Amino acid sequence: MTKIKKPKLEAAGGELLTPIQLLSRAAVTAGPGIVWIALFLVLPMLILFGYSFLSRDELGNAAAPFTADNYVRFAGWDVLGYDAAYLFIVGRTILVSLVTTLLCVIIAYPLAFFIAGHEPRVRDRLMIFVIVPSWVNLVIRTYAWMIMFNPSSPITQLAASMGIVQPNEGLYPSDFAVYVGMVNVFLPFIVLPLYSAVERIDWSQLEAAQDLYATKTQAFIRVLVPQTLPGLTAGIILTAIPALGMFVIPDLLGGAKVALIGNSIAQQFGASRDYPFGAAISFLVMGLTLLVLWLYARRVGEKGMRDLL
Amino acid sequence: MGLATFWIGFLLVTALLFAVWFFAMRRSQVRKASVGLSFTSFLAFAFLYAPILVVAIMSFNNSRFKLEWVGFTTKWYAKIFGDESVVGGLEGAQLLSATQNTLILAIISTIISTIIGALLGYGLHRYRFPGSRLTAWLMYIPVVTPDIVMAISLLLLYQVVRNFLPFFEPGMPAMVIAHVTFQIAFVAIVVRSRLATLDPALEEAARDLYASPLETVQHVVFPLALPGVMAGALLAFTLSIDDFVISFFTSGPESQTLPILIYASVKRGITPDINALSTIIVVLTMIGVFLSQILQRNQKN
Repeated sequence: MTKIKKPKLEAAGGELLTPIQLLSRAAVTAGPGIVWIALFLVLPMLILFGYSFLSRDELGNAAAPFTADNYVRFAGWDVLGYDAAYLFIVGRTILVSLVTTLLCVIIAYPLAFFIAGHEPRVRDRLMIFVIVPSWVNLVIRTYAWMIMFNPSSPITQLAASMGIVQPNEGLYPSDFAVYVGMVNVFLPFIVLPLYSAVERIDWSQLEAAQDLYATKTQAFIRVLVPQTLPGLTAGIILTAIPALGMFVIPDLLGGAKVALIGNSIAQQFGASRDYPFGAAISFLVMGLTLLVLWLYARRVGEKGMRDLL
Repeated sequence: MGLATFWIGFLLVTALLFAVWFFAMRRSQVRKASVGLSFTSFLAFAFLYAPILVVAIMSFNNSRFKLEWVGFTTKWYAKIFGDESVVGGLEGAQLLSATQNTLILAIISTIISTIIGALLGYGLHRYRFPGSRLTAWLMYIPVVTPDIVMAISLLLLYQVVRNFLPFFEPGMPAMVIAHVTFQIAFVAIVVRSRLATLDPALEEAARDLYASPLETVQHVVFPLALPGVMAGALLAFTLSIDDFVISFFTSGPESQTLPILIYASVKRGITPDINALSTIIVVLTMIGVFLSQILQRNQKN
């Protein structure tokens, strides 16, 4: 008996497609986007990786031979001896990013619960109010803090009268100003996913916990918080990683005092014109981003990634 | 003395505003919020809006150098729209061309990215093909990657290409490509999650009634996905208007955008006319946001 070969068909949108039909339809719809992503997202990442292994010629341009010197220099071994300046910057950047994230989480939790406690119509409106400031240009929002932390502003004078700053000195440039600017910018990014998690909370579980004589704190930590974890994770990723590369805020509010990785990268592509070294620093940030994103995707799956946007 | 008066007044106004906020919000609460929770949220909103309010208030301040309140004036606005306007050391002509550049960049890149991104979102939603999962993952890279890393990698790509071909000089086309790259991802994600909420039976029903694949898309899928496409386009547009870092690293001398100009003049020192300019931008942004909200609400009804 001869076997009848059945064509492998796949169902899509109420029709059965042969593999060729399916591929051609996919190519027509997703094709241009995939080509664009390959050319302008993936290829640049590969070039970035390649550049980070180049050296510089006498004119300071990127050139062969290939070398790992940029990474060695980043780790601290320079021609002049060991200097861990860049590792310090990395450490400080990670610290700033983590503290910013923590502060945002602390502010976002009450806000998310507060908003979710309203009628649906008011809820939506309050969420719009959370998002609107993030549509105002970052440069404008950052320099507003320069106005507020200027030596002659009431805030600074109050701080001066309490002895926190020297008279005639501003509250910026400083770590403090950088944190204020960062938290201000990133707060909506945590509130958004956190709020959608709070909105989905099953409140009957809280009643059950209360029936079982759980205290308020116990009920919050063991019943409510676990249900918000998917949103919290998304919010942390959306804050901690972009904060690692933040360049405008430390540049304007941190001055020369608080250089972060973002400033170091910008410097290599600006005044220093050391592209290979700048590429090496950028690639480390990119590698970390990809690693976190990959781990996250593995953990939550494709559907869970929608919490990010 | 002046300082104490300021802060006492400030505290009184804050207390008053909070009282209004507390009772106004209480009426629409399903779960009653405590005073503490209400107050924390009030402070969080105040914190979010403080920078915007300060810039707006200072733009009406009649003082050139001092940052304290001297008196009300609209002269900084008059200066922007005046004949020989010089704002933050920038000439009116520069300002006008920067505004044009910002809008041209946002409009062109939004059109391109909405078309490509919506198609990508549809393709990924509808078909499983080799690489579809990888693409779905890659789309999230622009969402989380720090701007500066994306800017640098594109800058290097342009540099490499320029060695072989006469394309990608820093300037408008290079900026459009850079913006489209991150916008596509956002549009595709928004459209795809909108499509995921639709009932697949609708599309199947259309096919059962002998609609061709194209007719199905035209009469069923597209109208249903339209709110998602509009939301994606709007997001792409605001992201482009808002962007500073990626434009900064890919722009040429002829293609400065408003955020780049503001950044440059802030680096030189803050001047009141920059406040006025920023306030105008903020107000225009807000109008855009609220118009789009009204549009979306009408669509829902």
